[in-house]
Amino acid sequence: MNDMRIVRKDVDMNDTKISAKGVQVFYGDTHAIKDVDVEIKDKTVTAFIGPSGCGKSTFLRCLNRMNDTIDVCRVEGKILLDGEDIYDKRVDPVQLRAKVGMVFQRPNPFPKSIYDNIAYGPRIHGLAKNKADLDDIVEKALRRGAIWDEVKDRLDAPGTGLSGGQQQRLCIARAVATEPEVLLMDEPCSALDPIATLQVEELIDELRENFSVVIVTHSMQQAARVSQKTAFFHLGNLVEYGDTEQIFTNPQDERTESYITGRIG
Amino acid sequence: MPLLWLFILILALGLIGFILGRARALKNANGDIRLLHSLPTYYGSNVLLAILIPGLAVMVIWLILQPMVIQGQVSSMIPDTAYSDKGALNLVMSDVRRVAEGLDIAVEQGTLSHDQARDIRTELTDIRARLGAVGVALGSNVESYVLKAAQKYRTMNAVGNWMMTVAVLAAALAGFAISYMRTNKDMRARNSVEKVILGLLIAAASIAILTTLGIVLSLIFNTIEFFKLYPALDFFFGTTWSPSFGGGSELGILPLFWGTFYVSIIALLVAVPIGLFAAIYLSEYAGPKVRAIAKPLLEVLAGIPTIVYGLFALLTVGPMLMTVFGEDGGLGWMQGGRSVMTAGLVMGVMLIPFVSSLSDDIINAVPQAMRDGSLGLGATKSETVRQVVLPAALPGIVGAILLAASRAIGETMIVVLGAGAAAKLNLNPFEAMTTVTTRIVSQLTGDADFASAEALVAFALGMTLFVITLCLNIFALVIVRKYREQYD
Repeated sequence: MNDMRIVRKDVDMNDTKISAKGVQVFYGDTHAIKDVDVEIKDKTVTAFIGPSGCGKSTFLRCLNRMNDTIDVCRVEGKILLDGEDIYDKRVDPVQLRAKVGMVFQRPNPFPKSIYDNIAYGPRIHGLAKNKADLDDIVEKALRRGAIWDEVKDRLDAPGTGLSGGQQQRLCIARAVATEPEVLLMDEPCSALDPIATLQVEELIDELRENFSVVIVTHSMQQAARVSQKTAFFHLGNLVEYGDTEQIFTNPQDERTESYITGRIG
Repeated sequence: MPLLWLFILILALGLIGFILGRARALKNANGDIRLLHSLPTYYGSNVLLAILIPGLAVMVIWLILQPMVIQGQVSSMIPDTAYSDKGALNLVMSDVRRVAEGLDIAVEQGTLSHDQARDIRTELTDIRARLGAVGVALGSNVESYVLKAAQKYRTMNAVGNWMMTVAVLAAALAGFAISYMRTNKDMRARNSVEKVILGLLIAAASIAILTTLGIVLSLIFNTIEFFKLYPALDFFFGTTWSPSFGGGSELGILPLFWGTFYVSIIALLVAVPIGLFAAIYLSEYAGPKVRAIAKPLLEVLAGIPTIVYGLFALLTVGPMLMTVFGEDGGLGWMQGGRSVMTAGLVMGVMLIPFVSSLSDDIINAVPQAMRDGSLGLGATKSETVRQVVLPAALPGIVGAILLAASRAIGETMIVVLGAGAAAKLNLNPFEAMTTVTTRIVSQLTGDADFASAEALVAFALGMTLFVITLCLNIFALVIVRKYREQYD
């Protein structure tokens, strides 16, 4: 970790963005998440680490109610976004997802042009007053996605024609374009090569200025590189949650230490 | 020896070969299967195939060649004065065959002995009466040259059959001997058996393709024949269809083509929206339970014979439309139950399962990641379907619609019963019109002279339809294939 990030961390980590209390998730009869409490800070990158099947992705999908699309999934407990329960009946999951954007494991650009991929969210939510406005939003999003320079001359080309790393940055730009408050990333680099991974990681660090970012990752190095807070999940339990530095250098729980040193996982 | 017995004999020989070949391989390996190159059954099968293939091949070739040879020999015995042209010679020859068969049957039933049958003379016996007594009716009295030819036919057939039996058995036994001698533990029996199976698969595929080719060729030759009798320009651009077998008919395809086109358009206007919406509901909204029941129910529609749809059009839809659009309903647009609208609506119902089933598969093939991506951006389900899923599935859906269209163009029974028989160029969908397919049926049923333009026009019509549907199908396949590449 470089000094820059540590300086920023001191400035930014003040208020809580998402607060989860006693969250339980069931897939049919399987108890996937057991009693998880976690406080996610604003303008911070929070990493969820843990072995496969430990429930970190499941928990991430609870934060914008993507689990609603799975019939057998049931969520209990409270998840508060800015103090409001997102599982309250009055909350429309569609509007929630506009506020809590999501980037997926595999790049999934729509089979449309690069421009239409980015403009998709703003169009749905009516963010642009006219064409010029929309052009501005698209350019801003692509710049924030650190891909503007590569695609500015071919905005009409299909998004599926880009390379894997470009596609993933396009998807991040697409999520950013709807002006979310929280950005959830489900293993965003697992389908990318090291160079593309580096680009995406740099991008995540920049996004922290405007959003609260939650990232699920299998790579402990990645968690150490990009995050300020780290949560370790094991068998559906949140084992340990704290500053990234502390988790990696001085873990309190035996299981965390075993996982970080490579004895379990 | 009768053919069936010969066939069974070869099969039995094959079975024996199977057992012996298997035993020889095992013995060669001293009973240890692990020392064999292939499993023991492969050695058996290898011998079995070595018996069956040469045996049956000789049998089939012989059965094809023998009648040709005998025909040639015997027909030269018929005096030139007895026939005027090739058709008449064929008639005489069929008489010859009939007499020969009659004599065989008479011998079999015991009314004639072998010698009597061989020495029978037209001058001494009333052969027509004798054969009539054993159930073989002859059209006229038997001429002496016919009887002589028939006798020659009988002897040649008998000799030929006897030689065939010998040849077939020889081939089978030779195959048996060679393959049996070659059987030892190192022989690659599995490979050779699999080669034969590969040959079978290729043969099956070639039969399907050659049949298509044969159909096309027969259409082409008859079409050329038709265009010799009737100018192609008048056929393709003529606006009147009035065939009369007395001659002087006008055979313009345009009114028929217009009928086909009009009915198909109405059918697609019914089938595409309903089928597509049904597919969207089933694949995107319906729960697994509803889907499990609704999808097979929808596909039952595809299993209903088209003649039943035709009856439905004639007896239910036609009268129903009449009460609304006919004289009774006050609109007076419709003169009778049969109309383009009747046939089009019912055909549309028939096409719904084609469109819905194919579209459903294609929509399901759109990756879940697309939907997640859209939902994750805060899109609703219907926005996701409209803006992401359907555009992604569009090429495939177009392919499905084109396949349904070629089905509509070729449909016959519904239009025969529902659309009427009047060939006219008219825009009113409540008029009776006729289609290409129904005219093909009516031109070829009945006692038409097959050499006349009025009958041959059916082949030209069929050829035109074939070319149109072929183009549609190829177009559809190209689109579907292009779509497939997108997500691989």
